[in-house]
Amino acid sequence: MRPSSEIITKEVERTIRTPLNIARIREDFPILAQRVHGKPLVYLDNAATSQKPQAVIDSLARYYSSQNANIHRGVHTLSELATYEYEKARGKIKLFLNASDSREIIFVRGATEGINLVAQSYGKKFIKAGDEIIISAMEHHSNIVPWQLLCEQVGSVLRVIPMNDDGELLMDEYDKLLNSKTKFVSIVYLSNSLGTINPVKDIITRAHKRGIPVLVDGAQSTSHLLVDVQDLDCDFYVFSGHKVFGPTGIGALYGKTALLESMPPYQGGGDMISSVTFEKTTYNALPYKFEAGTPNIAGVIALGVAIDYVRAIGMDAIAAHERELVNYATERLSATDGIRIIGTAKEKASVVSFVMENIHAHDIGTIVDREGIAIRTGHHCTQPVMKRFGIPATARASFAFYNTTHEIDELVKALVKVKEIFGA
Amino acid sequence: MSSGLNDLYQQLILDHNKSPRNFRKIEKATHNAEGYNPLCGDHFTVFIEMDGDVIKDVSFQGSGCAISKASASMMTTAVKGTKKEEAEKLFEKFRSVVTRDIHKEVDDLEELGCLGALAGVAEFPARIKCASLAWHALHSALNSNGAVVSTENANAH
Repeated sequence: MRPSSEIITKEVERTIRTPLNIARIREDFPILAQRVHGKPLVYLDNAATSQKPQAVIDSLARYYSSQNANIHRGVHTLSELATYEYEKARGKIKLFLNASDSREIIFVRGATEGINLVAQSYGKKFIKAGDEIIISAMEHHSNIVPWQLLCEQVGSVLRVIPMNDDGELLMDEYDKLLNSKTKFVSIVYLSNSLGTINPVKDIITRAHKRGIPVLVDGAQSTSHLLVDVQDLDCDFYVFSGHKVFGPTGIGALYGKTALLESMPPYQGGGDMISSVTFEKTTYNALPYKFEAGTPNIAGVIALGVAIDYVRAIGMDAIAAHERELVNYATERLSATDGIRIIGTAKEKASVVSFVMENIHAHDIGTIVDREGIAIRTGHHCTQPVMKRFGIPATARASFAFYNTTHEIDELVKALVKVKEIFGA
Repeated sequence: MSSGLNDLYQQLILDHNKSPRNFRKIEKATHNAEGYNPLCGDHFTVFIEMDGDVIKDVSFQGSGCAISKASASMMTTAVKGTKKEEAEKLFEKFRSVVTRDIHKEVDDLEELGCLGALAGVAEFPARIKCASLAWHALHSALNSNGAVVSTENANAH
């Protein structure tokens, strides 16, 4: 039997033209052809979740209709095929992140579970009472709460790198926070509410000078920036598949082999052991030690297809197109009276957050929705960021490679309508 | 503007949002309670001055979206001078109107008077909490446990 994802890769490659033909690419995403409230859907909520190309949707159906079997345990043909496809997807993610070894890729439910795994496995073993963990002022709640839980459990202390009014981290303050008690740094690469690209390589270098490991939260960066974990030299990297055009409920944790080897299992169960007696259990090797129970096999395979799709377009082409979108949106929104952009860092990608004078973000969200435009409104799971800027919420347009400047024009038109309704 | 939006953002609602009534603190308040929606940050405090069983004065302060602010403002004008039970009954009617199909609630709608302007919220499920927030705070204040009412508590619809 021929492994199907190779066929898909070729299909995918055939569909992509260089330079980016957005109209052609949009045809790969069936949901984008929809109308919402009678208007063509303008999907600008990609930071929350991205849409899925047909190849990803098909791969889920193909898996369940012709490959479904449990992995790593059967000698029958289907089980071998499912195992092959599952492990091949691991290899694709290894290549995508440029990890040095496939065993460094652990499948998890998403970035959130990846961070929790590191906090509970690495953190509980190596972080003690009085030790300090550094995060930043622009973390998503998922890179705050797991560390708070750990702090409660072991008595460690959470320290926060502050940011300036543009939404850029204050590196001098970071230097001041680093001290002999610092045992871990966990930092977001690309802020989901401000769009700031943090200087993670620099942050990692400064931590490594003191022998402190660093986790990079790649929930947003993975679909917008070329990520090379070896070049960054990060110790851990997490991302969610559904934000990279794959299905929900699947993601990956990258960890350096030596660190992963030193960590105890996160969960116990099948697949993560090599032998079990009632007296003693020997744990399986990497990466299986961290993959207890039957995993999301279909999700892993479909994520592999999503990665094929993204790699076929090319991260450089994606980043260039999205830079254009962010610049255009910034220009158009700044030129509209009564709109203020929140997050004006020099290095930005994919996200434009804004507030409107005397109009609450939720009112904006409801009104533009009736024009078929999906944006996120609220605190974006970054309440400390909202507090820092003294606002209750923002409206956020977030882009993917399938978005167009025309869609940004539609957004601006809808925002003018918002102002009309409010007599502003 | 689509008809749904017309219903939601009526002139009356926009007016209450722009110039909220009873938007002040009552220094002699006998009861007060906070209403908070952690999802969007809407945050109001409702102040009440009771005279026996009657709501002698009622006011609110805080910030939120147009729907939550207008609803709070209209609520204060509707319950001022009423008895506690009447205010609670009005809350029940209001709640049934904003959470259900408005056409099935014509009787309630008539009894609600100008509060009926918020009936359009029923078409926007994500915004029902906005419209109900101040009412939950009022209910909490009247029953005087003074606890912060969150829209994310089990009974907060």
